[in-house]
Amino acid sequence: MRLALAWSSLFRHPVRTALAVLGVAVSAAMLLDMVMLASGMQVSFRALLMRQGFEIRLTPKGTLPFDTEARIARAASAESSLRAMPGVREISPVLGTTLHVVRGEASEACFALGIRPAVQGDYELEQGRDAEGDDQLVANTTFLARTGAVVGDTLELAAGYDAQLRTWTARRRVIVAGRGRFLYLAADQAAVALPLGALQAMLAPGGVDEVSLFMVKTVPGRDVEGLRAGIERVLPRVTAIATADAVRSVEERLSYFRQLAFILGTVSLIVGFLLVSTLVTVSVQERVGEMAVMRALGISRPHIAQQVMLEGLAISVVGAVLGLALGLLTAEYLNGILRTFPGLPAAIDFFVFEPRAAWQSFGLLIVTAVLAGAFPAWRAASLPIATTLRTEAVS
Amino acid sequence: MKGSGVGPVLQAVDVVREYALAGVPVQAVRGVSLEVGEGEYAAIVGPSGCGKSTLLNLLGAIDRPTRGAVRLRGRDVSHMSDREATEFRLRHIGFVFQRFYLMPMLTAAENVELPMAEAGVAKTARRARARELLAYVGLDARAGHRPAQLSGGEQQRVAIARALANRPALLLADEPTGELDARTGREVIGLFERLNADGMTIVVVTHDEVLARAARRVVHMVDGAIVSDEPNAPAEVGGPPRTTVSPTAQDDASPFRRARG
Repeated sequence: MRLALAWSSLFRHPVRTALAVLGVAVSAAMLLDMVMLASGMQVSFRALLMRQGFEIRLTPKGTLPFDTEARIARAASAESSLRAMPGVREISPVLGTTLHVVRGEASEACFALGIRPAVQGDYELEQGRDAEGDDQLVANTTFLARTGAVVGDTLELAAGYDAQLRTWTARRRVIVAGRGRFLYLAADQAAVALPLGALQAMLAPGGVDEVSLFMVKTVPGRDVEGLRAGIERVLPRVTAIATADAVRSVEERLSYFRQLAFILGTVSLIVGFLLVSTLVTVSVQERVGEMAVMRALGISRPHIAQQVMLEGLAISVVGAVLGLALGLLTAEYLNGILRTFPGLPAAIDFFVFEPRAAWQSFGLLIVTAVLAGAFPAWRAASLPIATTLRTEAVS
Repeated sequence: MKGSGVGPVLQAVDVVREYALAGVPVQAVRGVSLEVGEGEYAAIVGPSGCGKSTLLNLLGAIDRPTRGAVRLRGRDVSHMSDREATEFRLRHIGFVFQRFYLMPMLTAAENVELPMAEAGVAKTARRARARELLAYVGLDARAGHRPAQLSGGEQQRVAIARALANRPALLLADEPTGELDARTGREVIGLFERLNADGMTIVVVTHDEVLARAARRVVHMVDGAIVSDEPNAPAEVGGPPRTTVSPTAQDDASPFRRARG
């Protein structure tokens, strides 16, 4: 009956209650978004790096993957040395460069990845098939949109443009074998992937023996850090980065986001607290006479307090449920905006929904509601009955 | 001063209630002694500020005397802890106030059920009891109505039914006709008479001369002290139509009192 009484008390002023619920919902939405933002990029980045299961990345000494145009020379020899190391299970070499799609006198630049299709971890195939031959490529949606090509079309790729001679170092006719989503490249970046050998052959007469990076999978259970250190000893001209270290490094760099999210999340909780507390306090203030009479009739202090706290809880629970839905919608909208940030990998999300985060937000709101209701509840429960009745009678 | 009932239900012995006003002690009730017997109907009257309501609060265990003792059915209520006093009020004392203070979102029946729910009475039993009490006060047809749909007199009758819910030994009323017009006031007065005729012990505090005349004993207070305590010869004032008491209630002699014994 107490729950029914608390619930019905909220309907005495339905507009006021509805506004408070909406306020709590906005506060809850913001809280959820901040919790999602606090961990979203980390979760997303970790998922991105771990997606294909490569635990170590090798880059030219002192660089990060595609940080500069530096390459690892004598790539074949480096790969042989890597294969000889115990604990190395799979190696995926990647070469990155700029190519051009030539159409008559016009050309369209794109980023090209030389990969080994069977072990590549740079894109996920969405349509068609992998580039299995040297005359095939996989392109992303942006590339296809810019060139007007579709899967199955034949294009002419060129590399090494000499501005004085107005000639290309190499030209090659290729078929668009498939469409893929390139995980580490920005969504608005036109990109293609073709077999490593084909790309190396286009960069210089006789081909280049270079790659931009190696990605390495280790034997399960192997000490990744030990292997990473071993690689740097065997190949002193490379920097070996363990994915776990990269994730840690990114997490450190993203501490700004976490702090921002923490502060805004705290602000939203405080706003929610003040809303619930104000509404319940006003509601109690309007009903002191009623509560004094209830006490006189024998309703116990704890039951009066429970009823008031239930009112705060009811507002918060309804507001939180609405807020969680609102938070998911706004997170999706904001994600859409932030994904267009230049240079960000297409697979990165700022807001990542995790059930744990939703429960965490919900739990925080409930705790806040209990705290918000505590003062008015204590006040209602400790009303001096005789004095209150006298004051009410006089007023 | 002694009551004229069968035995003392209520006993106040040299009760003093002192307040500090701006640091100066003020005695609202000064050494009042009073006994109210079983089945009595007493009205406490006096000018505003004479301490009537303060005395009623002390008698009803919602305030504690600075000195002296209040006993209800032999139990000293003036030294009970808050929890004990609350439990005691729930089970032994019924209150009716000038303002009805019904819960506006609950129906008349639900309002009557409220003290029973607190006392742990099962839902079906309290529903039946609420219907029975509402029938007694002439509002069985309005059981499902909310307070806003009832007149002032009807609301006060619901408040009286609520006060009787847990079969109290004593009904205390503070200006129960204070917010009612003459006609609805007469209905409430008639209801009190009928309750008393059915054996209920009643103490009312009032300015209403008609209500005071209906009581069988009138206690006059001035400046926190009783100046006279005399039996009254009440006249029939009128009231709501009598209703048939249900068989359950008849078994218990009246629908509002706990079985003695």
